[in-house]
Amino acid sequence: MTPLSYLLQRGTAMIMVPLIVTHLIVIVMAVQGGLSAEEILGRTRGSAAWAGFYALFVLAAAVHAGIGLQTIAREWFSLSDRAAAIAGHLFMLALIGLGARAVYAVVWA
Amino acid sequence: MSGEKTLGVDIWRGGADGRYQSFEVPARENQTVLDVVTYVQRHLDSALAYRFACRVGVCGSCAMTVNGRPRWTCRTHVSRVAKAGRLTIAPLQNLPLIRDLVTDMTPFFDKWQRARGRFVPGEGPRDQLAPVPPDKPERAAASAAIECINCGVCYSACDVVAWRDDYLGPAALNRAWAAWNDVRDGDRTGILKAVSASGGCHNCHTHQSCAAHCPVSLNPTFSIAGLKRASIKAKLKGELAP
Ligand code: SF4
Ligand code: SF4
Ligand code: FES
Repeated sequence: MTPLSYLLQRGTAMIMVPLIVTHLIVIVMAVQGGLSAEEILGRTRGSAAWAGFYALFVLAAAVHAGIGLQTIAREWFSLSDRAAAIAGHLFMLALIGLGARAVYAVVWA
Repeated sequence: MSGEKTLGVDIWRGGADGRYQSFEVPARENQTVLDVVTYVQRHLDSALAYRFACRVGVCGSCAMTVNGRPRWTCRTHVSRVAKAGRLTIAPLQNLPLIRDLVTDMTPFFDKWQRARGRFVPGEGPRDQLAPVPPDKPERAAASAAIECINCGVCYSACDVVAWRDDYLGPAALNRAWAAWNDVRDGDRTGILKAVSASGGCHNCHTHQSCAAHCPVSLNPTFSIAGLKRASIKAKLKGELAP
């Protein structure tokens, strides 16, 4: 792990703490309030705030997981630094792609 | 040894592809693991290879794996570690095995050099020593880390050393932390660069196995956390650029 990836991993963890808490609270509130999927989508569609919230969440989670998996690949599967970095970056890009699709579906589609 | 109380001991013999050999030694009221190994070598099998020097916990040369844990054997009493009247003694982990209980410490000490755990003089004239008051925070931090006896116990106990062979390991990083806190050093940033390279301090998982096993109660985890903090600060200030 380089100082930069160390910094990014700690930083994204800190970013995600309030996001996760908010995400969970909103889920519980929506379920308790008996909102249907349609009603929830009705509120998220076109909302720049929710788009920003989940775009940031997806980015932070993807970077965090990419770095973590890079470490696991290096330590458990004895990949070289380079091979582990490539695997970590590919995983991060995949998560960003999947996450972007989900954000698009919830906010625009 | 009829009538005498005995202790069963399994000792690793040969190289990496060796095996355990069992011995019976007299059980004494007060005996250290090193006493047991010495008894075997003096009375039962003079070909047994092991290493020691001071026998009083100063030189750091007698470390072995005793019943699964790395320990300094000259200060480890058998009564404290024997399980059901038995001892299993193996060489240290994470180091190339030479023979029996003797490992090759070269990678361990090479990493001390790679972590730049040595003093580099500054520019000033030699006869002008910088005053370092004992209560200065850096002096206190260096003092807390300095008493390492180079035994390799922490290195043997660290999972990250086992997982990636270029990891500098707890002892070298602990030493680098002590060296970085020496305000007279002429190139403190050089230490941060050394410990931030591949295999450096940021790979530590902070699981404290090193601190739990260090026979002289040092805390390399704490030292490594200090290096992480200092190097991240230097990184943000752009000081780590080659
Ligand atoms: S705290 Fe760090 S150096 Fe110590 S045993 Fe764990 S990974 Fe190794
Ligand atoms: S830090 Fe402790 S366990 Fe590690 S080499 Fe030094 S004295 Fe031995
Ligand atoms: S023989 Fe010197 S520390 Fe054990």
